[in-house]
Amino acid sequence: MSVLVGKQTRVLVQGITGKEGSFHAEQMIAYGTKVVAGVTPGKGGSEHLGVPIFNSVRDAVAKTRANASVIFVPPAFAADAILESIAAGVPLVVCITEGVPVLDMMRVKHALKNSASVLIGPNCPGIITPGECKIGIMPGFIHKKGKAGVVSRSGTLTYETVDQLTRAGIGETSCIGIGGDPIGGLSFLDAVKLFEKDKETKLLVLIGEIGGSKEEEAASYIKQHLKIPVIAFIAGRTAPPGRRMGHAGAIVSGGKGDAASKIAFLKRCGLKVVDTPSEIGEAALKLLKKKGH
Amino acid sequence: MNVHEYQAKELLRHYGVPVPAGAVAGKPEQVPVLAEKLGGRVVIKAQVHAGGRGKAGGVKLASNPEEALAHARGILGMRLVTPQTGAEGRLVRKVLVEAAVSIQKEFYLAALVDRESARPVIIACREGGMEIEAVAHSAPEKIAREVVDPLAGLQPFQARHVAAALGLEGEAAKAVFPLLTGLYRLLIEKDASQVEINPLVITAAGQLLAADAKINFDDNALFRHPDIARLRDLHEEQPLEVEASKYHLNYIRLHGEIGCMVNGAGLAMATMDVIQHCGGSPANFLDVGGGANAETVEQAFRIILKDKNVRAILINIFGGIVRCDRVASGVAEAARKVRVKLPVVVRLAGTNAEEGRKILDESGLSFLTAASLAEAAHKAVEAVKSL
Repeated sequence: MSVLVGKQTRVLVQGITGKEGSFHAEQMIAYGTKVVAGVTPGKGGSEHLGVPIFNSVRDAVAKTRANASVIFVPPAFAADAILESIAAGVPLVVCITEGVPVLDMMRVKHALKNSASVLIGPNCPGIITPGECKIGIMPGFIHKKGKAGVVSRSGTLTYETVDQLTRAGIGETSCIGIGGDPIGGLSFLDAVKLFEKDKETKLLVLIGEIGGSKEEEAASYIKQHLKIPVIAFIAGRTAPPGRRMGHAGAIVSGGKGDAASKIAFLKRCGLKVVDTPSEIGEAALKLLKKKGH
Repeated sequence: MNVHEYQAKELLRHYGVPVPAGAVAGKPEQVPVLAEKLGGRVVIKAQVHAGGRGKAGGVKLASNPEEALAHARGILGMRLVTPQTGAEGRLVRKVLVEAAVSIQKEFYLAALVDRESARPVIIACREGGMEIEAVAHSAPEKIAREVVDPLAGLQPFQARHVAAALGLEGEAAKAVFPLLTGLYRLLIEKDASQVEINPLVITAAGQLLAADAKINFDDNALFRHPDIARLRDLHEEQPLEVEASKYHLNYIRLHGEIGCMVNGAGLAMATMDVIQHCGGSPANFLDVGGGANAETVEQAFRIILKDKNVRAILINIFGGIVRCDRVASGVAEAARKVRVKLPVVVRLAGTNAEEGRKILDESGLSFLTAASLAEAAHKAVEAVKSL
């Protein structure tokens, strides 16, 4: 089992003929992901990496029954690309692009509310169900099919986590990078609810960081509803207030969203908060043993 | 991106938000003429990107042009030290000369994009001129929030709510809607993250005026606002941070002893945290990004080494698409070229990590290697202690 993506997922790549899109589409295909279409306006009718190219998402969906889209277009065009996929009724839209203006995302968020689409990102590594489907830029080989769900605002910090889960022999059901922007699609809470329904997921790892209060929102739900153990790490204890730490959303502003208050809140909600990411593998083994897995 | 008060006020004026009459000056000699034009009684305000200017002596009232000149001479060229500038302070290069107004009452007013609701929000408070965070903490009931529907836009009823929250009546209450409309349009049309008027004052004559203003713009949207991008003042930014940005390195200077070089923002933050957890202190945040190669690594080394507090360097790379052997070659090449004499701890994981470690071992340079992030941090902290 898994969440959102699996063997049934048919992916279309928006911006497949660009440098990034082309490189990562090739990697996804090599991993075994069913990449069924590419979209580049003006290049419809051609082929790239053996994949048919369409002028619009609408055409691509009609011809190939694609049910997920991944976006590798420059930031100025990212909102348009997301809205195009939403309008075409694509159930899952993954936006990798970093640097999308906040107000663009505010409008996208509004459009998402009245749609059947789920958005992951922007500014994220994507989503993977090991051995079945990789949509995004994460290195496939560090993942292994297993029991832990991972949801994270970061890229390489997620790989760090996954690497430990794989080495500890636990493996992953699915890993979702929800992205580092202040306004994005899928939230921690949304992801937690998806993993809650997945019977194979015996443990959840939540990788948060400073800024906003989405980690707290998820933790409150976890406290009330979740039966499986949850490990968390919050990055940014040493981040100075008022500075954006790489990710547009990683900022302590107005005295809110600092690491210490997040950690304290998560602990109060019963999450196992680790001090360093190096402890995740060991902590996961302990918690699973306690639960008899 | 932040702008100066005088730039923020020009934008507000353009959007129909009333601000005091004023002009900016870079030389003391310009000030008496401006003061004369503005009626003689003026306020001289230091223009730096930092709050707390008044208490630090950067804002002075003058009752005539001669006094204005004297104040301008004192403020221009001074290093203004406020709680937000750090001990080194900021050199004042410009002053805003403004007609002094007699204030009846001060309020707080701001428009911002709220990340939790993903909507624009207007924030108003009866108590102005102070830190809104402090009020939010001690008396949250004093703060009114109006969430705006982005599709419908700001509505008159919301201005009435704000007027009521500020305790305004009559003409002053009626003036709130056009003022808020200007504020809201500025936020949306120029992709600002926050427009803050603190204080918004009501004058003795009953007029609403933005007595101080601060605007923060969304860096990601600057590409479509060349007029705003031009307002950037590099003097207000950390020189090393400006240099790093030329090489697309995301660098933020801190005050510790261990320089960090990491790929990915989350991992870079975590690396700093683990250094502190192990008893050390990070000198910087540095994300070399997804395309770490010999050149970016070399520039990263140069920037880290320009910080004289740095006594050891920790390189933490999780290879994904980036291959560790390539990064390792880059690190060895750059270390040789830049002649790094400080202890360098390298932790490589992920794609081709083994090959990378071998390259470092055979480089003839004395790198310390580590398998995990925690081990790397321990080694860096130990290296600093044993110096």
